[in-house]
Amino acid sequence: MITKRIIPCLDVRDGRVVKGVNFEGINDVNDPATLAKYYSENGADELVFYDITASHEGRRLFTEILTQVASNVFIPLTVGGGINTIEDFDRVLKCGADKVSVNSGAIKNPSLITEAAKKYGNQCVVISADIKRVDGEFHVFLHGGRVDTGMEAISWIKRCVDMGAGEVVVNSIDTDGVKGGFDIELLKLVCDAVNVPVIASGGAGSTKDFIDLFKEIPEMSAGLAASVFHFGEININELKKELNNNGIKARI
Amino acid sequence: MIAIVDYGIGNLFSVVSSFKYIGADAVVTSDAEVIKKCDRILLPGVGAFGDAAEKLRQTGLDKVIIEEAKNGKPIMGICLGMQLLFEKSYEYGEHNGLGLLKGSVIGMQGVIDEKLQIPHIGYNALIFKKEHPLFKYIKNGDYVYFVHSYYAVDCEDSLLAYAEYDKDITAIVAKDNVMGCQFHPEKSGEVGLNILRAFCEMESTK
Repeated sequence: MITKRIIPCLDVRDGRVVKGVNFEGINDVNDPATLAKYYSENGADELVFYDITASHEGRRLFTEILTQVASNVFIPLTVGGGINTIEDFDRVLKCGADKVSVNSGAIKNPSLITEAAKKYGNQCVVISADIKRVDGEFHVFLHGGRVDTGMEAISWIKRCVDMGAGEVVVNSIDTDGVKGGFDIELLKLVCDAVNVPVIASGGAGSTKDFIDLFKEIPEMSAGLAASVFHFGEININELKKELNNNGIKARI
Repeated sequence: MIAIVDYGIGNLFSVVSSFKYIGADAVVTSDAEVIKKCDRILLPGVGAFGDAAEKLRQTGLDKVIIEEAKNGKPIMGICLGMQLLFEKSYEYGEHNGLGLLKGSVIGMQGVIDEKLQIPHIGYNALIFKKEHPLFKYIKNGDYVYFVHSYYAVDCEDSLLAYAEYDKDITAIVAKDNVMGCQFHPEKSGEVGLNILRAFCEMESTK
């Protein structure tokens, strides 16, 4: 059967990984190519790169670096950040991305999903949503959780999948950064609503959080995290061994 | 030299990069003369079977590939490229493939357990059926990365390895010099690169 995927996420600004990492033996802790290689050789099943650059020059640097990463790392690469048009899809796919993740670009223009899915296939289009509880409802947020769109999250995700999104990244703003575990309540609702792979994001603090995630929601496809991997708090190979020990299939 | 056949389907970046990475010379080409001069052929492919088969016919590359296959040249199809090696596909209608391998390609929808997600996306374990030189650097149970909604059936003749996804999903096929992988070796980490390495060592059967 298909294994559960463990996915580190790297935020890149002006060609450098933001915050960097904390591993022994890595000299340039902010170099995306070095880190991508390290992760792919140490158990990561896929990598997600978010371009959080605002400038044109930064974007050019990002595509240069993506090309460099994709030439040396042979696991699936997902790219997000600043994807607003079909040309943006084209730009990152030509540099070696396998999947493209859209967030605010799809909120501004939902037909982007349909257009991209038709051109590149559903498997290429990932909808990523930042979600937060507002008065007992789940809302989709913009700009890293600062702006409430007022849209109900589950129906938004369902709509995106109906339009052609082949995978969903659910980032819970409520659990993000807290390191108290994934947002099981929200993730369960999403998994029940769609029949495409769902990737959990936000809240991983320990190996146990991943075990709980996959035990409580068996249909969950993947767990994504950033800082717990970057700062060496969780070693991906160790994590996957523990998953296997707990009857959860992971690629070793 | 490996000819990576460019017939206007899909993104060849990763396939090209992976051969470069393992130190194999490869050229992306749609030129029949170049393909004939190369000592092996890689047929990539992402997208719909009907479109791809039509493009191969329009460019005349179908005949070139069939002829080179008959000459004993090692040929590998990846993903849709593997499916094209078979006789037929039932993806949106009925389409003829290259017919280099016995068997046809059908959709998973309505065939596999409806609780499972389609496409079949992610890492799944290879289960070997027969020994083969392609397995030189990999072992039974190694994981490879799949992304597909259609799969080959009635291909016992060439079946080398499958993956379990409710049904036995055809993963690697080979008959003499004609080989194929349903998954993406260029996206399956070291295991995938090792399959490409073994392919690069395959000799012509004539």
